[in-house]
Amino acid sequence: MNLTGSEILLECLKREGVEVVFGYPGGQILPTFDALYGYEGFKFILTRHEQGAAHAADGYARATGKAGVCLATSGPGATNLVTGIANAYMDSIPMVAICGQVPTALIGNDAFQEADITGITRPITKHNYLVKDIKDLARIVREAFYIASTGRPGPVLIDLPKDVQVARMEFVWPEEIKLRSYNPNIFGHPGQIKRAAKLIMKAKKPILYIGGGIITSGASFELLELAQKLGCPVTWTLMGIGGFPSNHQQSLGMLGMHGTAYANHSIMESDLIIALGARFDDRVTGRLDVFAPTAKVIHVDIDPSSISKNVHVDLPIVGDLKQVLVELLREINSGPQIEDWLKHVDHLKKKYPMGYKDKSKILPQYVIQQIDEVTAGEAIICTEVGQHQMWAAQWFNYTQPRTFISSGGLGTMGFGFPAAMGVKLGRPDKIVFDVAGDGSIQMNIQELGTCVANKINVKVAILNNGYLGMVRQWQELFYQRRYSYTPISSPDFVKLAQSYGAVGIRVVKKEEVRPALERAIETDNTVFIDFQVEEEENVYPMVPAGEAINNIIGGLA
Amino acid sequence: MKHTISVLVENKFGVLARVAGLFSARGYNIASLAVSETLDPEISYMTIVVDAKDEKVLEQINKQLNKLIDVITVTDFTKKDHLERELVLVKVNCLAKDKQALEGLFDKFVGKIIQTKDNTAIIEAIGDQDQVKALLGALSKFGVKELVRTGKLVISS
Repeated sequence: MNLTGSEILLECLKREGVEVVFGYPGGQILPTFDALYGYEGFKFILTRHEQGAAHAADGYARATGKAGVCLATSGPGATNLVTGIANAYMDSIPMVAICGQVPTALIGNDAFQEADITGITRPITKHNYLVKDIKDLARIVREAFYIASTGRPGPVLIDLPKDVQVARMEFVWPEEIKLRSYNPNIFGHPGQIKRAAKLIMKAKKPILYIGGGIITSGASFELLELAQKLGCPVTWTLMGIGGFPSNHQQSLGMLGMHGTAYANHSIMESDLIIALGARFDDRVTGRLDVFAPTAKVIHVDIDPSSISKNVHVDLPIVGDLKQVLVELLREINSGPQIEDWLKHVDHLKKKYPMGYKDKSKILPQYVIQQIDEVTAGEAIICTEVGQHQMWAAQWFNYTQPRTFISSGGLGTMGFGFPAAMGVKLGRPDKIVFDVAGDGSIQMNIQELGTCVANKINVKVAILNNGYLGMVRQWQELFYQRRYSYTPISSPDFVKLAQSYGAVGIRVVKKEEVRPALERAIETDNTVFIDFQVEEEENVYPMVPAGEAINNIIGGLA
Repeated sequence: MKHTISVLVENKFGVLARVAGLFSARGYNIASLAVSETLDPEISYMTIVVDAKDEKVLEQINKQLNKLIDVITVTDFTKKDHLERELVLVKVNCLAKDKQALEGLFDKFVGKIIQTKDNTAIIEAIGDQDQVKALLGALSKFGVKELVRTGKLVISS
């Protein structure tokens, strides 16, 4: 087959199993869009902003485990992808981002719509490529998908100059990928795994602390088996949500800044932390020098640079979690003797229950609980970033991996709505909600156009409190209620949705919450539900930044 | 403490920027850097000297270096047996009457004069850190006009 660079790109994407590409055309990517005209190898979704395309690709990847793909033009198109790429990088999401570039002869000349996007994205990609010769293109696309989706996954960017897109050559599919310098450790060191098993058997107060790695590795089943064998409590990070069933009796829920008080107290008092695919982020550990002072740490992670980065690790195991857990399970016959510990954890659960005090207005926590009930916990919940995100993490019972889709590391407002589009396209069988705040939803609200035009049926629950709520909460607690630029106005979300051809519902009273959710789910269209909630409700429990994580404010106790 | 790190990399454009970026992103200055091809023209060898304020940060940089797709191996020579050399070229003032005194230096110090012209002399010296430092100290009384150096090279021993 004699193909152009653009045709080679599309052929490679198809052969990589790509189902959908999100993107936006422009001058320097025109030849590729010409090749896309009438192309049926995969679905193309025209977003309304390149940032939407990047987040949609990210959401698709989180929901399916496959690499998400986005496509943009050079210069501003490429720079508009940057936030989305950084977001995927921080949360280890497999993504391949492709941009047009000015012709190779013009690179470096400040040509129209030129940006050094490989330079710009170097610290926020797992790897990136500038394709200077059509002969390298097919190999680079293959490598990009391989690098993006193996080891610790992450985004890979391909910068594709216009002249390479129009050049022609005989297409050869590279069967083999040879990368001598890239060999992720898959199997954990057998000696270390044996030592870990011994340490576990001797523990008196063990706790399983799990992160996004459980979901990436697809190790939920092995984790459940291990947890049941050990009988010990299980807590997770924001990224680990769904990795372990939250309705399981050993579950402690999320830990950290807005984690449950009993999870935080338990890890602080533990004598062994079994960290699985988690990275001891500052939102989890709080003040580091007093974090879990009596605990030894076993840390399983595929990325050696995660080990002993923040917390000293006594027993590191570098490898893929699923493989390591399979081996570890072989080494453990019966659980350690921890009856006293379990009694104590149970006591902590009773002493510091999760809860909130009811008020006359709709409470955001109640809305989340109602979404859980109405969908029987079967929905996929996407979120933006802020208070609503924490409530969505706290008040929905996640039982399956890949059902909570949220920007963890970068904390990107405007992520959830476009991500939800990608999720819905990856999992059309699922009800997909974006839980949003009135601030966040306005950051990528233009994607309503994409949803309606492509019949992507997403439900957006806006917890509208008239504030940039999380920042307002910090101002209330730490800045003497000086609400500096946190009150924020919104358009009439109902009318806005309608003007795009979507459906808008406004909910003012508690008793309207459930019927509105039911109507939204029954509606075969994108629905914006504007929940007018209590304005100054806070997310509790809360650990102030930089404090020990058992120094908890708020909550019922 | 000064660390000497060698990095074996794919000989491709952009690799140096990736490596350097890991240092600059953490506010670490590279004290010296030498890059060249190896026997295999597809592979380059970088020798980096960096003054690490915090050993933990350096450990993180080393791990991050290893994660770069184009990096093949990373070696920190600080605690390994190695030989180090640096080449320096020094231009000093040298009037005819000073020439003998200058030549006399090289009984004690490394280096040799490779050119004298217009009342200046150019000295080439190869040595380890201490030898180069000693030479530069001795040359200072002549008045150093220009100094260029390759940066440190190391080899395991």
